[in-house]
Amino acid sequence: MISETTTTSPEADAVPPPGPAPAKKRVPKGAKRLLTRRDRITLAFMAGVPTVLHVALVWVTALASILLAFTSWDGIGFSSIKWVGLANFKELFNDNPQFWPALEHNVIWFVVLILLPTPFGLFLAVQLDKNIRFSRVYQTAFFLPVVMSLAVTGFVWQLIYNPDTGLINSLIGANKPGHYIDWIGDPHLNLWAVLIAASWRHSGYMMILYLAGLKGVDPSLREASALDGANEWQTFKNVIFPTLRPTNTVVLVVTIIESLRAFDLVWVFNKGAQGTELLSILITNNIIGESSRIGYGSAIAVVLLVISLAVIIPYLIATFRKERRA
Amino acid sequence: MPDFSLPAASRRSVLRGIGGAAVLGAGIPLLSACGSSGSSSDPKTVTLGSNASDAVPKKAFASVYADFKKTSGITVKVNTKDHNTFQEQINSYLQGTPDDVFNWFAGYRMQFFAAKKLATSIDDVWAKIGDNFPDAMKKLSKGEDGKYYFVPLTTYPWAIFYRKSVFTAKGYTVPTTWDELVALCKKMKSDGLVPIAFGDKDAWPAMGTFDQINFRLNGYDFHKSLMAGKEAWTDPKVKAVFDHWAELLPYHQDGFMGRTWQDAAQGVVSKKSGMYLLGSFVAQQFTVKADLDDLDFFPFPVINTAYGQDTVEAPTDGFMVSKAPKNHDGVVKLLEYLGTPAAEQLYLKTDPSVVAASSKADTSAYSPLQKKAFDMIGAAKSLTQFMDRDSRPDFTSTVMQPGLQKFLQNPKGVDSLLSSIERQKKTIFASS
Repeated sequence: MISETTTTSPEADAVPPPGPAPAKKRVPKGAKRLLTRRDRITLAFMAGVPTVLHVALVWVTALASILLAFTSWDGIGFSSIKWVGLANFKELFNDNPQFWPALEHNVIWFVVLILLPTPFGLFLAVQLDKNIRFSRVYQTAFFLPVVMSLAVTGFVWQLIYNPDTGLINSLIGANKPGHYIDWIGDPHLNLWAVLIAASWRHSGYMMILYLAGLKGVDPSLREASALDGANEWQTFKNVIFPTLRPTNTVVLVVTIIESLRAFDLVWVFNKGAQGTELLSILITNNIIGESSRIGYGSAIAVVLLVISLAVIIPYLIATFRKERRA
Repeated sequence: MPDFSLPAASRRSVLRGIGGAAVLGAGIPLLSACGSSGSSSDPKTVTLGSNASDAVPKKAFASVYADFKKTSGITVKVNTKDHNTFQEQINSYLQGTPDDVFNWFAGYRMQFFAAKKLATSIDDVWAKIGDNFPDAMKKLSKGEDGKYYFVPLTTYPWAIFYRKSVFTAKGYTVPTTWDELVALCKKMKSDGLVPIAFGDKDAWPAMGTFDQINFRLNGYDFHKSLMAGKEAWTDPKVKAVFDHWAELLPYHQDGFMGRTWQDAAQGVVSKKSGMYLLGSFVAQQFTVKADLDDLDFFPFPVINTAYGQDTVEAPTDGFMVSKAPKNHDGVVKLLEYLGTPAAEQLYLKTDPSVVAASSKADTSAYSPLQKKAFDMIGAAKSLTQFMDRDSRPDFTSTVMQPGLQKFLQNPKGVDSLLSSIERQKKTIFASS
């Protein structure tokens, strides 16, 4: 008797069974009412397919390339995979004349992007936030390079830098024998030339991010600081900029990612010739193509992965710690 | 009429729809990646993987296959891919379900796939077509095991191109020795010309210069074995190649690192540059008929009299058979047909930028330039294929291309460069 009263849940009482049959069928309550079997299958499927894809395309491939970094493999048949231990890394660090320059260029890429186009993008955003005339036109103009594919950007800048017929050399008369300025080929110049193109694009990107951030700043803050007698620069420095903190973190992460994955622009520009070597291009050169050096290329990819993790993990830890505190 | 009006979408049907879309989305790329797996073994069809994505070669090949169908009744089903993509994907293509026959290059790049058992030997075809080709072509068509794997169709030479009118106007004569070449360069420079047009933005043109100096100076055998990784790059013989090159470098066109070969060729078109060492495809840049008729070439001058001018760099394109062709009889018939001078002539009718690989081809329709190229290749004792076809592609693209560019920018650092190349070569050739 007692057991019977406990098993009848209040809900079951509220809805009296229409016939004698349903009362017998007792499934653990909770999930039962919300989701039918078919719902559960569908949901399992919806969660399962992306999980399988994610695991297969992200985790398995990442782990596979880490494993491959310790092998030598030409990509033909699994039987030709040979375990070589650390040989790929030794060769990379000691014998590859392109590796250290590539690493250096990736770092320069980041430093330049964070020092020049990022503040410039912020500057543009602040100007555009003032609702000046034709603000939309400017916004579009500055943002256009971001919309364009990087390959197109590379192509356009190539026309500007072409040693014989390019815009710059034609204007300054540097396309005659003895006076050549080889923007694309000269290893002392080409990285900077390509960085100008990258910055041109990056400032538009940063402008949009900051503009979005600025739109979220409470107008009463400005009013208050105006009432306190702060001038425009003081308002910006002491009131507006500190409220942009979340945007700044996004900007920092985006810029780091941009500089680590820099590839398309340079690839179109000069395929990463001397002066513009980048890690991503070394990986591509070694892996893509016939009789590829997949093991060696993977070793470079692992170096890039380690660098990315070294940058991203501290950031994530800091963010989560902050969230927990909040 | 069926009722298409939708009831208000229930939560469940939306879920189902999303799930279905996810499955489709995941499935479609996987299926399409399988490529031509569905093709049957129809005895009247031969499948062919083609890299002839450019309009002119594509049309030229189509005319050849149409003629083959007329004579044999066998249809060639062509699967054309973008030229560079085809090349980059060749590994996975040949391991997957390749077409019966595919376009490829002679030389090491062919031997590599033969050695990896990704190609079928075609000695039976060569028993019939062997007489059509000179010995140098036969050598090019064999794998390392001595069996035939390749049927050549067309070829073209590398040489020094110049404009006859420029040479006549200034009273220049074609140099036949190294010293004459250097003297001519000096003369051109004082006449206000750029002696040697050059553009190395794409990194491969420099390999052509290295090849020429190396086989003129050290001979075909050394060149071949250097390319095969059997000689040391630190050998004084190799150093001597770079010394010769450095002597010529001041006469090369400035700013070459950022210039494409097309732009460099424009200097010859506009008579600002005197000479240009390149493949005969340079003629593509001569769009005006009068300019094209004015174009001529001479073989790279003699450096070492022991070897004279016995070697010609003549990259050769043709066909190979994949590891397990579905229609073997049809493939043999097709290749026997492609190995005839008639098929080559038909191809050249549409694409006159190359010449026939067979020595028996009818040359009456050739332009003087083609005729000269054909004779030069036919008379060569040995033919090379270009550095990236004669050596491991991974070595040439990841070590030699940047290495040569480095040399061009800093000719004095050649010693450390060569030892760096040698170290990298050892590990690359040691693998697999």
